[in-house]
Amino acid sequence: METLSDLRRFALDSVRLILTGNRLYYAWVGFLLLLLALGAAAYTAQLREGLIVTNMRDPVSWGFYIGNFTFLVGIAAAAIMLVIPAYIYHWKPIKEITILGEMLAISALIMCLGFVLVDLGRPDRFWHIIPFVGLLNFPQSLLAWDTLVLNAYLLLNWSVVTYLLYCAYTEKAYARRIVEPLVLLSIPMAVSIHTVTAFLYNGLAARPFWNSSILAPKFLASAFCSGPAILLILLQILRRTTPLEIKDEALHKIAELMAYTMGFNLFLTGAEVFKEFYSGTEHLIFTRYLYFGLEGHRTLVPFAWASILCGLAAFTLFLIPRTRKNWITLNLGCVLIYASVYIEKGMGLIIPGLTPDTLGELYFYRPSWTEIFVASGVFAIGFLAFTLMLKVAIPIILGEFTQKKGMART
Amino acid sequence: MSDAPRRPPFPEECGGSPSRRRFLAGAAAAVGAAILTACKGGSIEEFLQRQFHQLSPAEVEVLIARLEREHMEKFGSSVRVGNEPPIPGIEFGYALDLSRCIGCRRCVYACVRENNQSRDPQIHWIRVLEMEKERGVNIHHADPYYDHDLVPAEGHFYMPVQCHQCKNPPCVKVCPVRATWQEPDGITVVDYNWCIGCRYCMAACPYGARHFNWGEPTLPAGELNPETHLLGNRPRPKGVVEKCTFCIQRVRKGLYPACVEACPTGTRKFGNLLDPESEVRYVLEHKRVYIFKEDLNTQPRFFYYYGA
Repeated sequence: METLSDLRRFALDSVRLILTGNRLYYAWVGFLLLLLALGAAAYTAQLREGLIVTNMRDPVSWGFYIGNFTFLVGIAAAAIMLVIPAYIYHWKPIKEITILGEMLAISALIMCLGFVLVDLGRPDRFWHIIPFVGLLNFPQSLLAWDTLVLNAYLLLNWSVVTYLLYCAYTEKAYARRIVEPLVLLSIPMAVSIHTVTAFLYNGLAARPFWNSSILAPKFLASAFCSGPAILLILLQILRRTTPLEIKDEALHKIAELMAYTMGFNLFLTGAEVFKEFYSGTEHLIFTRYLYFGLEGHRTLVPFAWASILCGLAAFTLFLIPRTRKNWITLNLGCVLIYASVYIEKGMGLIIPGLTPDTLGELYFYRPSWTEIFVASGVFAIGFLAFTLMLKVAIPIILGEFTQKKGMART
Repeated sequence: MSDAPRRPPFPEECGGSPSRRRFLAGAAAAVGAAILTACKGGSIEEFLQRQFHQLSPAEVEVLIARLEREHMEKFGSSVRVGNEPPIPGIEFGYALDLSRCIGCRRCVYACVRENNQSRDPQIHWIRVLEMEKERGVNIHHADPYYDHDLVPAEGHFYMPVQCHQCKNPPCVKVCPVRATWQEPDGITVVDYNWCIGCRYCMAACPYGARHFNWGEPTLPAGELNPETHLLGNRPRPKGVVEKCTFCIQRVRKGLYPACVEACPTGTRKFGNLLDPESEVRYVLEHKRVYIFKEDLNTQPRFFYYYGA
């Protein structure tokens, strides 16, 4: 019973902590709430009129929503970039920031589920896909698999984060025999969420652009570039704005690992480009649409080349030790690789996969304003979740916010 | 897959007792209520409607009565929602003569009228591709939007494409909630009350045969075909996927599909693949048959052939 009242106090104190902050905090949360309101208004219109308010149509039946979903699964998976060195090699400086990576994964997963929900034609029937409540087509459908692994990964990360924070809050030592197996389990889980998401596309023989075995490895490689890029920038912000101590060597270690994954990702892109152009089959048409456009329609072309160039530039910056250890060039590299993967895994994956369609029709998709507003609303939910989690977690990690001290300092 | 019983129970997939399932579904109702208010026209019965295979015959009757009532309210005239079962010993097959089709699209519009497709936005279950004789069957040189005063156009031939009712259907495999399945007579159907509108089946179908109700389907009451089937041409709601069913409401009563009847050139042949005397079997045994995207191993029950 004591635990129960402890938990209640923990929850109440956390809420109070969330509601108080400096002006910058209020401005940021206010901005996110505004985006959320715009998204909600756009989504209400979409519910009323149907998905016809998007620019998706029968030939291109998935678009901006599913593109963002795919990219964010990668961000969620990348949390393990920090877990592997921390828990397998017991490399201390990263261990302290692993929890931040896990919170990033939770926020990314919330956005993933949000993007799937807004893409449904019948969101009122979402319960049909809930195991034991609806009727899951398991194991045939990869979407059924994805529902299961994404929710399991969300639950796992949420449990570990909550448990660790609660222990720190009550100033008790956490039980290593509970936490370590769970954290180690999160490594194969992270690989599985991204593999399953890749298989979702990979398994469709009707779409030659996706029906390539390189897709799952490429998903993992690109995720392990873009996810840590966000973290690197975030950790620098945190150590400036909070007393949180994050050592340079931890950041440099992450950057070094990223250089490997970036190189590998570029290699896989090269392998794909070689196969497509050298064999030069009819299926080249999808890649041609991405990089050169078709019939004068070049919607994706500038983005596709920007993705390649940003990826190359970021790799160069991360490969050379001097630019990797310089904060300015390091952060530039982070922004470049993030942009590169966002294009490659989002619109650069979904749209050419569906253009031309299975009967050769060319429908040139670009997102409608409704899609952009709804998407920014979903992003706002994720950023809000992350902000609020950080707001509670940082004082706990610093030992400022505990059961005894309560809210004394914050 | 094709010889699955008509209403297989799904005990292991459903899990839990029916009462617990209903309780959980009831809990979900609270969340769904808000969405329902936004999607006008929703009712609590509709929200809690279970998948077709989970319904007892009595529950199917209740569902049909509800649908008929709703259609009456919407169109002001009565609609019969039938539930004719598959006939044992029949597996439907289709053969289309590429050397005869003139591209008049009468099949397309006969299908729209028969199957109550939305008129605005327009949904067509049959798509006629105009192709160049010089290039042969090549979808990357096909035009579905040809508009001539007279067909056939010089130097072109026509290839109508619709659901191939595959024996190995990728669309059924990928559906996350079993909202679409293959009936024992070979027709792949959609449960419009169970489809969540994720459109994964549309990504999986190699024949562009699945169509989504992007907006509220509009169907003038005067153009409504009141003879419908629960798994076929009954009026559909917004946000779900629909497809050709070989006119399930007709063929299970021994009639030809509307497209077969509408064709002025005898391009379209239809019959029972299990009957050696059927016309479709004659075509398969005596003509040069072409299977569209045969490399994908979808094993269609829809065959193209060259009659001349």
